[in-house]
Amino acid sequence: MATTTYVEAIRQGLWEEMTRDDDVFVLGEDVGVYGGAFKVTAGFLDQFGEERVMDTPLCESAIVGAAIGAALMGMRPVAEMQFADFISCAFDQITNFAAKCRYRWGAGVPMVIRGPSGGGIHGGPFHSQNPEMYFVHTPGLKVVAPSTAYDAKGLIKSAIRDEDPVLFFEHKYLYRRVKEELPSDEFLVPIGKADVKRAGGDISVITYGAMVHNALEAAGVLAGDGVELEVVDLRTLVPMDKTTVLESVKKTGKVILLHEDTRTGGFAGELAALIAEEVFEYLDGPVMRITAPDTPIPYSPPLEEFFLPKTSDVIRVARHLAAY
Amino acid sequence: MLPDKKVCRDMLYYMKLSREIETRIERKLYRQGKIVGGVYVGRGQEAISVGSSIQLEQDDCICPSHRDMGAFLIRGLSARAVLAQYMGKKTGVTRGKEANMHMGDMRHKIVAFVSMLADTVPVAAGIALAYKMRRQRNVVLCYFGDGATSRGDWHEGLNLAAVQRVPVVFLCNNNQYAYSTPLEKQMPIRDISIRAQGYAMPGVTVDGNDVTAVYEATREAVELARNGGGPSLIECKTFRMTGHSAHDDGRYVPKELFEEWGKKDPILRWETRLIRDRVMSERDVREMATRITQEVDQAVSLAENDPLPDPEETLEGVYADQSVDAPLAFAASFFSPDRWR
Repeated sequence: MATTTYVEAIRQGLWEEMTRDDDVFVLGEDVGVYGGAFKVTAGFLDQFGEERVMDTPLCESAIVGAAIGAALMGMRPVAEMQFADFISCAFDQITNFAAKCRYRWGAGVPMVIRGPSGGGIHGGPFHSQNPEMYFVHTPGLKVVAPSTAYDAKGLIKSAIRDEDPVLFFEHKYLYRRVKEELPSDEFLVPIGKADVKRAGGDISVITYGAMVHNALEAAGVLAGDGVELEVVDLRTLVPMDKTTVLESVKKTGKVILLHEDTRTGGFAGELAALIAEEVFEYLDGPVMRITAPDTPIPYSPPLEEFFLPKTSDVIRVARHLAAY
Repeated sequence: MLPDKKVCRDMLYYMKLSREIETRIERKLYRQGKIVGGVYVGRGQEAISVGSSIQLEQDDCICPSHRDMGAFLIRGLSARAVLAQYMGKKTGVTRGKEANMHMGDMRHKIVAFVSMLADTVPVAAGIALAYKMRRQRNVVLCYFGDGATSRGDWHEGLNLAAVQRVPVVFLCNNNQYAYSTPLEKQMPIRDISIRAQGYAMPGVTVDGNDVTAVYEATREAVELARNGGGPSLIECKTFRMTGHSAHDDGRYVPKELFEEWGKKDPILRWETRLIRDRVMSERDVREMATRITQEVDQAVSLAENDPLPDPEETLEGVYADQSVDAPLAFAASFFSPDRWR
């Protein structure tokens, strides 16, 4: 059976949903004729036509605003941010309009905003960001960040079917680097469910996005030393799967919180507080964070390499915790 | 030429009803401490929302702003629900979740605006896009003031609507002040309608205190939009006959301007015209006023006796499915007395 890349999996998920439901449409910059900057919508224009594959002006705020309007009418828009970094231009529409419609006046806004996030491709400060926490902090939004082709396909389909606005952060480093065989039958991955990507009894590594692969790589190395990591892939940041996180910590008693996003105000801090409140008595060591430093993400390879958390960081911190 | 007689009478009714409700809110209930938050009224501007939204069909949609009371009423919100909204009551349009004019209900095709003015402009374009994609012959009326046209979302929204040729009519109430900032500090042009040229859409300026002028300009723009001709911009020149809100006395506005525009009051003008053209008698007008006073009296008394929301409702309605809502689950357990047992 052929393998499917992460980017192709997202493409397939979108394609299947557009085939299933005429109300689903995509809009964004260069999504039509060009097929999207990363070719997520390549071939869509020929299949679905220019109304449902809408090339827009350069206007992230109006792209999101228009998606909100269409969603209020019961359509299922999927808005693309060409790079997740550009979502800052649409911050107001997302956080004040989309996020609050249901709470303020009971109007559902079933829409998806997807975009490539993350570093490792020498994109520099404006093509590498991880903007998820701005939105994690806004009640009313759901935030998804898959790490595998299977999860990416299953989650984009669930996001499109969700009744609330979903931010779908695709890690662009993974687009063509991770691949796997996918089932030929249709499948969904539920929003709000974490996945234990590797079971282990010694240390929980709780992570998401591209860092899942660093954690798995570290787990492979450490297994040779007799240290078993349990890798918990959150997959969804909001709503967070508290049960899976807390069960893992209860089992291992030691925990590493790992993300590519910067440190202060990152998701790791939220997880650390949750663990301290709910399972403090199960802990056998300090809760450790591995994150990017509090800087913009730099361009030059040695700088970017320094910035991004690495497999060697996970190994180092895990050995420290194992000996604790 | 005047619209048909029923429309003429209805326009007077909704203008007068808006004025009465807002006067009651601003000059009585607010001062009595019965309105818990801010008050923004459209006194002197009633012709704009009424003369435009009166001609919509049921499946058309409006995106009103904070000086468009008439549009909310015409689309079917009751005076009681509006008053209860201002009082933060459970029976208010948003059940106490939102303040004053931030009212919306998709069953009535009313979109609730946010305080970041002009945000509804691209949203209106998206609603119109849905009409176009579904081959519905419906239109969106999108309202805003002069200040909103300085914002980026306004320009992005008009541009997108124009490129996609979607059925939306953009209606500006140019009341010449954005809070305390007069028009000349807001923009280097006198007529907002010329902004339409940049988006290759029709742009007209009309007397916003003449309900027939608003009606006629809107009729043409709606007809164009319904027939696939794309969006239009209508600038309605008017004047804000109050401060920005009930806590602002507007002392920065030259008194002569209030006097000058007071003489152009849209309700008085319309009444006079209807009597002159024998659409209504003086007695008809008096009876209408009496009826409105009674209606509002009754609505006020009902709203005053309506219940406030239960505190626990704070946690409701963030997501469609509350069972998956982690922050709410936290809050619920945190505030639960059982937590500490």
